[in-house]
Amino acid sequence: MISLRPPERQWNSKISQRKRSGVVFLLGTAISTSLGIIVLAFLLVDVLTDGLQEIDIEFLTSFPSRFPENAGLRSALLGSLWLLVMTAFISFPLGVASAIYLEEYAPESKLKRFIQLNIANLAGVPSVVYGLLGLGMFVRTFGLGRSILAGSMTMSLLILPIIIVASREALRAVPDSLREGALALGASKWQMVRRTVLPAAIPGILTGTILALARAVGETAPLITIGALTYIAFDPSGPMDLFTVLPIQIFNWVSLPQKGFHSLAAGGIIVLLVVLFAANLTAVVMRYRFERKID
Amino acid sequence: MINIKFDGRRDGANVTHDAETSGDETQADRETILSTTNVNFWYDRAKALSDISLEMYKNQVTAIIGPSGCGKSTYLRLFNRMNDLIRRSRVQGEVCFRGLDVNDRSIDAVELRRRIGMVFQKPNPFPKSIYDNVAYGPTVNGYRGNMDELVESSLRRAAIWDEVKDDLSKSGLALSGGQQQRLCIARALAVSPDVLLMDEPCSALDPLATTRIEDLIHELSDEYTIVIVTHNMQQAARVSDRTAFFMVLDDGSGSLIECDDTQKIFTNPSDDRTEAYITGRFG
Repeated sequence: MISLRPPERQWNSKISQRKRSGVVFLLGTAISTSLGIIVLAFLLVDVLTDGLQEIDIEFLTSFPSRFPENAGLRSALLGSLWLLVMTAFISFPLGVASAIYLEEYAPESKLKRFIQLNIANLAGVPSVVYGLLGLGMFVRTFGLGRSILAGSMTMSLLILPIIIVASREALRAVPDSLREGALALGASKWQMVRRTVLPAAIPGILTGTILALARAVGETAPLITIGALTYIAFDPSGPMDLFTVLPIQIFNWVSLPQKGFHSLAAGGIIVLLVVLFAANLTAVVMRYRFERKID
Repeated sequence: MINIKFDGRRDGANVTHDAETSGDETQADRETILSTTNVNFWYDRAKALSDISLEMYKNQVTAIIGPSGCGKSTYLRLFNRMNDLIRRSRVQGEVCFRGLDVNDRSIDAVELRRRIGMVFQKPNPFPKSIYDNVAYGPTVNGYRGNMDELVESSLRRAAIWDEVKDDLSKSGLALSGGQQQRLCIARALAVSPDVLLMDEPCSALDPLATTRIEDLIHELSDEYTIVIVTHNMQQAARVSDRTAFFMVLDDGSGSLIECDDTQKIFTNPSDDRTEAYITGRFG
């Protein structure tokens, strides 16, 4: 019988060369990672040294002022929290419902593919464009003025595509075997979605939503466009009130010439970072708790 | 939609079994629970089943055997209309449960599926507690009796009660593969079905777990009509009263070659192809 094995001389293993290229790749990835971390650490240290001494109860509870020593970000912090909560209430139900419809109900069609493509594209539209839309539609046409409601609706438009895409991914990750199992027991479609699919997808949906909300809290451009004011010397008390938010307050302080305002801006950045960190931590904790409940 | 209760016994469906294929005199008394008449099935344009006429009798285990791709699972899923979920699939001919065409517009698939339970190839417990897994079906179907008792009796009937009774709040996913499959059987039994469809229920299990499921199938056949699809001919021989042999035709669709008492199929099949398959000459 003829041997089908290729002759030994045709092999050239180049072991040392293969190992070397592995090391080079490892170094490359490690350097990339550390670059990011170093830059981030440098920024953090810079902000902390500038702003940490500004942070005290007074800074958090005072309204903005012409004098750096008296100025605080009370109204901006409250405005950001209002915006966060209201945006969540508007965007979460809309986004999750859209995702459920697209993923569980909508029949395969050209229209569905067209809608999907557009949602993905909308996630990439610059935020200032949403600001212009919000200005034209909510502030002017709907007559909501420069209110928290108008701002939240604009922000909801901005993050809806992100929530929908994340929720759809979470729904798609639920294995079909669970859907079949539920239907085979005589569950109706809605019972299947409500009792089987949603509980399995909720950790992913929540994570996507909270990360999207964190983005909304950090956004400035759309709110500047709709005219969220910088100088607010009262607590917002309802959805129709004028408001400002942390990023706008920070931006405003940075643009002022006095040195004192620059360290206030650094202090504002620290507060904003803490808010974002809290939001992300909430996402992690919720995810952990839901997943533990399920396994 | 009219809510049909599937307990009417229409004479039309109680077709007397062809005495020629079996010498058993009680054959004529057997009540047909499931039947298909000249059924064809297509996935989009690909024909998957060709002209299948077959009957399954009350409190019997019917095994469906045949090589891969012969449409065994597709056929099984006709009865509880799981193929409805597949886009652009089409069925032609009569698929009957207790004499009623399951594809008739008056039949609600949700009600049908409560009467025809299904156990899948891969154990698919819900990511919930053992208790909630079993209570799922009764809950969605509006069961108003004592849930604790129903859960216990379902787990007992699926021969898994003793292994799980100490901690029913444990996740169903924490069980072993064989236990998961018995949990799925318990879950199916909890909605009081008449029929259990089993789609290769042991293919993902080790031999020991397989034996336990096979014993269980044996016990359950006293109360339930069971149809089991299996790749494993020994399994068909061990658990079933009757065996149907499917094969792939030249056009790629699956068709019934013959169906008879299991003993006859494995000792003296009428068709040469059946003999070739069970003796291991192909497939």
